[in-house]
Amino acid sequence: MATATETPTAPDTHSQEATWDGAGKPFRVGYGKLMMWYFLVSDAFTFAGFLIAYGALRFSMPTWPVPDFVFQTLPFGLHEYFPDGSAPLIFVTIMSFVLIVSSVTMVRAVQEGERENKSGVVKWMLLTIIGGAGFLGCQAWEWSNLIGHEHMSLTTNPFGTHTSDGVYTVDEAGIPYAPGAERETFETGESYIIHQHDGEFLQRTFQTTDLPGVEQKQEFGPKAFGALFFFITGFHGFHVFSGLVILLIIALNSASGQYVARKNGYEMVEKVGLYWHFVDLVWVFVFLVFYLI
Amino acid sequence: MADHLSYEQSKKMVFRGLGLLAAITLIEVFFSLAGKGHISWLSFLSEGNFMVYLIGFILIALSLYKAKFIIYDFMHMKYEAKGLAMTVLLPVGLLFWGMVAFFQEGSVWGERRQLIQDKNNIEVQAAPPTVSPIERTMIEQKAVEVRGEDQ
Repeated sequence: MATATETPTAPDTHSQEATWDGAGKPFRVGYGKLMMWYFLVSDAFTFAGFLIAYGALRFSMPTWPVPDFVFQTLPFGLHEYFPDGSAPLIFVTIMSFVLIVSSVTMVRAVQEGERENKSGVVKWMLLTIIGGAGFLGCQAWEWSNLIGHEHMSLTTNPFGTHTSDGVYTVDEAGIPYAPGAERETFETGESYIIHQHDGEFLQRTFQTTDLPGVEQKQEFGPKAFGALFFFITGFHGFHVFSGLVILLIIALNSASGQYVARKNGYEMVEKVGLYWHFVDLVWVFVFLVFYLI
Repeated sequence: MADHLSYEQSKKMVFRGLGLLAAITLIEVFFSLAGKGHISWLSFLSEGNFMVYLIGFILIALSLYKAKFIIYDFMHMKYEAKGLAMTVLLPVGLLFWGMVAFFQEGSVWGERRQLIQDKNNIEVQAAPPTVSPIERTMIEQKAVEVRGEDQ
């Protein structure tokens, strides 16, 4: 990544000036870029801590909400048009695409910066900002759907799992089935969501083949799921948001010509680019642990 | 990067990267859905513990490849000094050890919790009440008297 003003050869480490007076660059990169890399290392540790907590808690629970059941809706009721009326993982795949595309436009902005093309930098950075804002918009919809319609909160997880085969004794509105009416059955491992009726959770009652004759009711899923989901995707979303603010500042600086006559040229664009790719990189792993596995 | 790839080449690299990342994401979602039994002609992929591990392994490997591509090509790590790459990648690589260790730890927590629950259930069923209500009342009265003497 040497620009015209940098020497691509290693500094002479024997000379006093090169080593101690700031003439030599460690690892042949600018100070700001090196520190951005180390900031990203520390940030990776924070995210890894969150993801490790998620994994350890998930492995410690006998059941865990399955992502293809939790994330199966689309905006505007579009999931109704899919087979069985559910669109598992489709929306989050679209979100991932949006973030990948914004990462690609960021690479283009950095490339235009290298050839000192001001208008190119600004154009591709603006496209990156649009992509990032689109991702945040998708996340806002996902959160509002989970909070507003499915009533998941930091301490309540309405997504449960059946641990044995059985048959419901009340219908979805909580009304006992009429004698002889066809009842809804379920199998081991099947997921359910506890819906709210008039502001109260309605835990349907059922009987299982394991304990015949005993009336049981739908239990809530592991509490930690809601807290982990909102904390981890929220922390990532906050990174996206701060990335957008920094991108906007650097794009305005570029547009005002601040980097035209700089010694290190458009290195600021490269630094914010590193941060933006890191946000995309973290999403690869959030996508893996929350949605795919 | 100007030293390594011409402007035209690097532009091509970017759009090749877009296609690659998008394709891998689609493959991941496909395997994930197949592993959950959503794709009927691949329903054998959702049966048995072995398939869970196989699908998990495929998904993790593809994600790591995506991560490697983003770091090396998009973040230009392959053009940085080797020392920089090592100081960044080695500490982060050690995290994988932490992940494996803590996931193992988590499943032990689960086993312990299950063990305690099983034992609790055994005792509830095995020990019948040996103290009759009359005897219990007498014991409680005795306790009240003892407490009264202390004061």
